[in-house]
Amino acid sequence: MTPVILLLWLVAALLFTAGLAVAIRRSALARRVVYGFSIATCGFAIAVALVHLLASPAITSTAVLPLGLPWIGANFRLDALSAFFVLVINLGGTAASLYGLGYGRHESEPRRVLPFFPAFLAGMNLVLLADDAFTFLLSWEFMSLASWALVMTRHRDDDNRRAGYVYLVMASVGTFALLLAFGLLAGPEGGYAFKTIRAHGASSGLTGLVLALALLGTGSKAGLVPLHVWLPLAHPAAPSHVSALMSGVMTKVAVYGFIRIVFDLLGPPAWWWGVPVLVAGAGTAALGVLYALMQNDIKRVLAYSTIENIGLIFVGLGLALAFGGNGMKAAAALAMTAALFHVLNHALFKSLLFFGAGAVLTATGERRMEMLGGLLNRMPATGLLFLVGAAAISALPPLNGFASEWLMLQAILLSPDLPQWALKLLVPVVGALLALAAALAAACFVRAFGITFLGRPRSEAATNAHEVDRLSIAAMAILALLCLFTGVFPALIIDALAPVVDALTGTRMPVQTHIAWLSIVPVAESRSSYNGLLVFLFITISASLAAFVIHRVASNRVRRAPAWDCGFPDSSPATQYTADSFAQPVRRVFGGFAFRATERVDMPAPGDGRPARMTVTLHDLAWELVYDPVVRLVNFLAERLNHLQFLTIRRYLSLVFGALVLLLLIIASWP
Amino acid sequence: MIDMSLIDGLSIQISQMLLVLVSAPLLTGLVRRVKARLLRRQGPPLLQPYRDLIRLVRKEAVIAESASWLFRIVPYIVFAATWVAAALVPTFATGLLFSWSADLIVIIALLGSARFFLALAGMDVGTSFGGIGSSREAMIATLAEPALIMIVFTIALVAGSTQLSTVANAMLAGVGLRVSLGMALIALIIVAIAENGRIPVDNPATHLELTMVHEAMVLEYSGRHLALIELASSIKLLLYASLIACIFVPWGLAPAGAPLHVHLIGVAVYAAKLGVAGILLALFETMIAKMRVFRVPDLLGAALMLGFLGTLLRFVSRSL
Repeated sequence: MTPVILLLWLVAALLFTAGLAVAIRRSALARRVVYGFSIATCGFAIAVALVHLLASPAITSTAVLPLGLPWIGANFRLDALSAFFVLVINLGGTAASLYGLGYGRHESEPRRVLPFFPAFLAGMNLVLLADDAFTFLLSWEFMSLASWALVMTRHRDDDNRRAGYVYLVMASVGTFALLLAFGLLAGPEGGYAFKTIRAHGASSGLTGLVLALALLGTGSKAGLVPLHVWLPLAHPAAPSHVSALMSGVMTKVAVYGFIRIVFDLLGPPAWWWGVPVLVAGAGTAALGVLYALMQNDIKRVLAYSTIENIGLIFVGLGLALAFGGNGMKAAAALAMTAALFHVLNHALFKSLLFFGAGAVLTATGERRMEMLGGLLNRMPATGLLFLVGAAAISALPPLNGFASEWLMLQAILLSPDLPQWALKLLVPVVGALLALAAALAAACFVRAFGITFLGRPRSEAATNAHEVDRLSIAAMAILALLCLFTGVFPALIIDALAPVVDALTGTRMPVQTHIAWLSIVPVAESRSSYNGLLVFLFITISASLAAFVIHRVASNRVRRAPAWDCGFPDSSPATQYTADSFAQPVRRVFGGFAFRATERVDMPAPGDGRPARMTVTLHDLAWELVYDPVVRLVNFLAERLNHLQFLTIRRYLSLVFGALVLLLLIIASWP
Repeated sequence: MIDMSLIDGLSIQISQMLLVLVSAPLLTGLVRRVKARLLRRQGPPLLQPYRDLIRLVRKEAVIAESASWLFRIVPYIVFAATWVAAALVPTFATGLLFSWSADLIVIIALLGSARFFLALAGMDVGTSFGGIGSSREAMIATLAEPALIMIVFTIALVAGSTQLSTVANAMLAGVGLRVSLGMALIALIIVAIAENGRIPVDNPATHLELTMVHEAMVLEYSGRHLALIELASSIKLLLYASLIACIFVPWGLAPAGAPLHVHLIGVAVYAAKLGVAGILLALFETMIAKMRVFRVPDLLGAALMLGFLGTLLRFVSRSL
C-alpha cells in the first residue's frame, strides 16, 4: 500500500470516528472512543509522514479516486512538502486528542464537540493530500466548516455567535479568492489537476494577480493583518484543545496552501514576489504582538500572538522568494528552512500554551487575567509547562523558538547582496520590525505568565484552583519536551527539512548533523554558528554549580516572612499590578500610532468624595480603516437596491427588457 | 598539536570565566569610588562590593509568604545566563574554546533570558513595587533589544560575521573609519547605559524613588539570592564594557595560539580598558541628571534609529 493510500485510509478512519461520535449515546464512552481513535490515527499518520520524510522524500506517491470532477477524478499526492505538514498537523492532532481525553470531561456540551473534532482533523489532512484544485477547495471548505461548528460550540453566548458569523464571512472571502486563483492557474483549458498546472505554470501576465489572490485567500485563513479580525474572535471561542488546533495547526494548513500555490504551482519566482509577502509578514508580526499586549483575556493574548508568529513565517517565505527570484539559492534555502522550522515550533508551543490556558479555565472558570494570579503555587505542573511554552515563544535560548528566529536573522544578514533597491531598502525595515516583534513578544509573555500564574490570587476562583488531570498534563509535558528537544538539537530538524527545502528552492542548507557537537552553521563557520546543546549545558552547569557552592560553603537557611514592599505591604491583592497596568508603559510608547490610544484621567478636586477614574480608549484600526468602510458600502448599496423590491409590474418588465437588450448588445459586440 | 590547541583554548576559556567572575565586582567598586571622589566624598573602598557579597551570601534568605518556587530559582538562572554570556565575549584573548557555540545574537538572547526571568521574579511576590519594576523593565527592553539587534546587524555587515572573535579580528585587521560604525558605537553606549540601569535611565544607588526600575524588581530579594542578582548585574556591566572594548577597541587582544606573555599583556590591556570605561561611566553619571521614566523611550528610540540607519547604510553602500 502506498503512503498516500494509507493516509487516505486514516482520513476515512477519522471520518468514521466522527460518525461513531454521533452514534454512541453515552457521552463518556463517546469521548473515550473519539479521542482514543484520534490519538491512534494521528499517531499512525505521524509515523507514515516521518518514514516518508526520512526514508524516501524524493518519491511522490499519488492516487486517483473516482470522485470529484468527472474528467479528472479526485487526485491525491504525498510529496516531501505535504509529508512535513502532515507531520506537523498530526503532531498537534495527537497532542490535542490526548489533552481532550482529560479536558473533555469538563465539557458542558460534548455532543457539539465530539463529532466535529475528528472531522476537523480529517479535513486538514485532506487539504494537505489534495492534488487538484477541486479536491483542494472542497477539503478546504470542509475544514473551515468543521472548525466553524467547533467555534459555535457555546452558541448561546452572543460573543461566540458573532465570532462564528465573522469567521464564516472571512472564510468565504478567503475561499472565493482561492477559487479565483485556481481558476487563473488552470487557464482557459480548465486543467485543474495540480500536475497540469505545474506543467504549464501561470501565464506571465497573471502571476501578480494569482500571487495577490493566494495571499488574500491563504492569508485570511492564516491571519495576516488586516485579514486577521476573525481570528482573535474565533480561536478563543472554541474549547481549548480546539483553540490549540485552530491556532497551532489550522493556520499551518493555510501556510501550506500559500507555499503550494506560490512555490510549487506558480512556477519559478520573480524577485518582486517577495515584496508584498515581506510587507504583509513584517507588518503582521509587529502589529499582532502589539495587539496581544493590549488584551486581558488569556486566550485572546494567545490568538493575537499566533498572528505575530504567522507574520514571522511569512517574512521567512518572503525572503525565500526574494532570494529565489535572484538565483541566490543557498540564501533562499536558509530562509525557507527558517520559515518551515518556525511552522513546526509554533505548532508545538502554541498548542502547549492553549492547553495551559485551557487548564487554567478548567481550574478557575476564568479567562480574564485580571481575575487570576498566584496559580503557580496551586497548579505547579501546569505553571511550569506554561512557563516553558512562554519562554519558547519569547525566543529564549536554548528553546526552539530561538533556533528558528536565529536562522531568520541569519537569512536577513545575507540580504545586502540582493541587487534590487526596493529590497535593499525594505529588508532592513523588515529586520527592525522582526527584532521589535521578538522583544515585544517577550514582554507579552512576561505579562501573560506573570499576571496569571504569579503574585497573589485576585479572585475567589483563583484562590481555590486545583491542578488539572494527569492526561492534560501529559499532553502539555510531551509538547514541552519537544520544545526543548527541537531547541537543543536544531541540526536534526534542519537536516530533516532538507528534502522539503530542496524541492521548493532548488537546493538545501549544508548538512548539519556531521558538524562537531551538533552545532548549526547556516553559511560558514567563520560567519555564524550556534549550538543549542552547549548553551543548554552551560546554563544548567553554571546554575547548579552556583547553587551547590553557595549551599555548601555559605548559607542555605530560609525564613518565610510577610512581603517587604518597602515597609508598606498591603494585604489587598488589588494593590498588585494588573494586566492593564503592566501594559501601560508599552501602550504609552507604541499605542499612540498603533491604536490611537488615549488616556483620560478624571481626578476629583481635594475634598471631593468621588472616586478617581482613568479611561483608556484604544482604536482597532483594522476595523475602522478596512472593515467599517466595506460594511458601510455594502449597507449603502443594499439600501439603494432595496427600492427594486417595490416597483410596479410595468417597471419590472421594462427592466427585464433593458437587461435583455444589454446582454444582446454585449453578445453582438463580442469579438 | 590539536590536543595542545584544545588545551590552550580550554585554559583560556576557563581563565576568562574566572576573570569575569572575579573582576566584575571590582569594576562596580571602581565606578562607585570614582563617583564618590568626584562628589568630594571619601567613598567606599574598592573592595566593598566583595565584602557586601560575602556578607549577603552568609545571611539567611528571607522569602515572602506569597512567593512561589520560581522566586527561589530565578537568581540562579539569571546568574548563570549572564555569566555564560559574559564568558563568550572575548576579553583578553580571541581564542576562546567555545566561542563558536554562540554568536553575538545568542549573547544578546541570553541577556534577554536573564531579564525575562528577573521580570517574572519581580511579579512573583505580588507587590506593587515589583510590578512597577517589571513593567518598566519590559518597556525598556522592547526598545533596547531591537536597538541591539540593529547594532549587531551593522557590525555583522561590516565584519562579515556575527561571531565575536571573527568580528574582533576583522576590526583588528582594519575596516577603516565608517559612519555606520560610529552610529553603532553611540547606539551601543546608549543601550548599555539603559540595560545596566545607570543614570540617566535608572539610578543604581537608590531604593526609594518612583522612577526606579531594576531595584524595584529585586526589592523582595535578600541573602544569597540578592547576592547572586547583584553579582549578575556587576557581570552584566562588565560584559557591556568588554563588548564595546572587543568590537571598537580590539587592540591588545591576544590572538589564538599566541604565547603566554602575549596573553598576560592582553590581561593587562583589558584591565586598563575596564579602568578607562569605569572612569568614563562615573564621569558621565556625575555630569548628568536622572531622566523622567517616559523620556527614556525617546533616548532608546534614538539608539534604535541610529542602529537602523547604520544597518541601512550597510545595505545601501554594498552596491555603491
